[in-house]
Amino acid sequence: MTAILATTIELAALTSLILLLIATPLAWWLARSRHWVAELVGAIALLPLVLPPTVLGFYLLIALGPDGPLAPVLQLFGIRTLAFTFTGLVIGSVIYSLPFALQPIRARFEAIGQRPLDAAASLRASPLDAFFTVVVPLSRPALLSAALLTFAHTIGEFGVVLMIGGSIPGRTQVLSTSIFEAVEAGDVGTAHHLAAGMLAFSLLAIFGMRLLDRRLTRLPA
Amino acid sequence: MSANTGLSVVLRGAVGGFALDIAFTAPATGVTALFGPSGSGKTSVLRCVAGLTRLAQGEIGFAGETWQDTRGFVPAHRRPIGYVFQDANLFSHLSVAENLRFGLRRAAAVAPVIGFDQVVDRLGLATLLARSPDRLSGGERQRVGIGRALLAQPRLLLIDEPLSAVDLPARDGILSLLETLCHDLAIPAVYVSHDLAEVTRLADHLVLIEAGRLVAAGPLDDILTNLRLPLATSPQAGVVLDAVVVAADLAFGLTSYRVAGGILTAPSRGLAVGTHCRLRVLASDISLCHEPPVGTTILNILPGVVLGADSFDGMQTNVLIQLGAGEQGARLLARVTRKSWESLGFAPGQSGHALVKGVGLVQELAES
Repeated sequence: MTAILATTIELAALTSLILLLIATPLAWWLARSRHWVAELVGAIALLPLVLPPTVLGFYLLIALGPDGPLAPVLQLFGIRTLAFTFTGLVIGSVIYSLPFALQPIRARFEAIGQRPLDAAASLRASPLDAFFTVVVPLSRPALLSAALLTFAHTIGEFGVVLMIGGSIPGRTQVLSTSIFEAVEAGDVGTAHHLAAGMLAFSLLAIFGMRLLDRRLTRLPA
Repeated sequence: MSANTGLSVVLRGAVGGFALDIAFTAPATGVTALFGPSGSGKTSVLRCVAGLTRLAQGEIGFAGETWQDTRGFVPAHRRPIGYVFQDANLFSHLSVAENLRFGLRRAAAVAPVIGFDQVVDRLGLATLLARSPDRLSGGERQRVGIGRALLAQPRLLLIDEPLSAVDLPARDGILSLLETLCHDLAIPAVYVSHDLAEVTRLADHLVLIEAGRLVAAGPLDDILTNLRLPLATSPQAGVVLDAVVVAADLAFGLTSYRVAGGILTAPSRGLAVGTHCRLRVLASDISLCHEPPVGTTILNILPGVVLGADSFDGMQTNVLIQLGAGEQGARLLARVTRKSWESLGFAPGQSGHALVKGVGLVQELAES
């Protein structure tokens, strides 16, 4: 049980961290570029929202497997396959939760607009300097909610983790898959405990986020 | 005033669907006003000078440096400018003090123009430092905006309609601050405005813009007294005069100012004798006559010579008069009806008298 919980939290935390690092620059580019390529990339990044998780998981399983298109690249790092590994699970989760991290950050970047950047440039701040000293602080609520949403969404995902992780105890078994397995094994008691725990957690996460949002948007600085 | 020492601007192209086609130079000292109606492209020109907007075809140079030409473009953050935005545009995530220090910290390697304490003192910001910009009035916010721009230690100050988000009672204070700061710090400034009263108060040099094109550019006095420019026909038409306080009549509360070619007397504004100042006299406040009238309430009756006249809209005539007898006298603009003008039979070169009903003090410079 502890191993499952540890794997789950590790996966969610790692996914949130990686997604913040990926989604922030991506959101910046999408928010500021008027190029059609940006529109296309924006649309692709939203795909996980509408795609059945099993479809996503299936393609990832093939792509990351020993005969997949990414196999030659993996081999350069001495890896035969990422299917049914924790690393594969992280990659799947990052892709699956990308829209949840991207949307709040992108919306905030668009709302901030050009004006604070003009002020920063007129005060001798380079674009990179302005990004870290003006844009990031002004986007703190959005970055926080992106991280929280990703965390909660990763804990709740099922289809993708089952497809690519296979729910191997100690390695890729997480809470959501273990509920499924408990039900399959007829262990309704355990399933009840886990399900109730996740419900409480999800409610707490959403509630916390709303509170944070109100706090941070009402009181700048 | 060569392009080498001041600001030289050539801009051709479209900014957001709006066509700019303009070239002018501004001197290395004093305030140059970009003046024109709303939507004439003044702000776009200022943004190009700042490097915030990049026009494909542009040549911008300042003090011997090239900021933009066909080969290169110096980005805004590498130009030694200070920019005062229309509505201050403060950083809402930083306190007033942190806003002020934003540019200052990044200008450490630059020859200082003004220090933090000096800015706080002169702009009266001491009680605001810990506050968030969201809790300031429009006037307070703009004072912080001006201070923040100055602390970036600029060599050229760009000011974009700084009073547009400031309530009326606070405007005069902000203008006075800008006036004295520009004068004392000796930083050249480009000031964008559509208000002639603001411009005559601050500017030494005028660039008239309409629909993205240059109408005229030159020293303030030359532009204001040019009968051929559309400015002369505006209801606010008038001239500005450099003056020195020469006498104070305490019994009646009057002050006498000496201008080139004459003395003007007006209700006292509390200036000491010897103070240099700038006066504004509206064309509509001046009448003309051949002989000085007797028994009139008008205090200022000044002899002068008619230099020229221009009738417009069929009813009105602008008359340019030079005070005194010589050619050094100050020039006044008088607005009379065409009927009076034609029936009095004045002609250029003829002497007459200007009756000045109102004199406005617009700028107090320094005691000498």
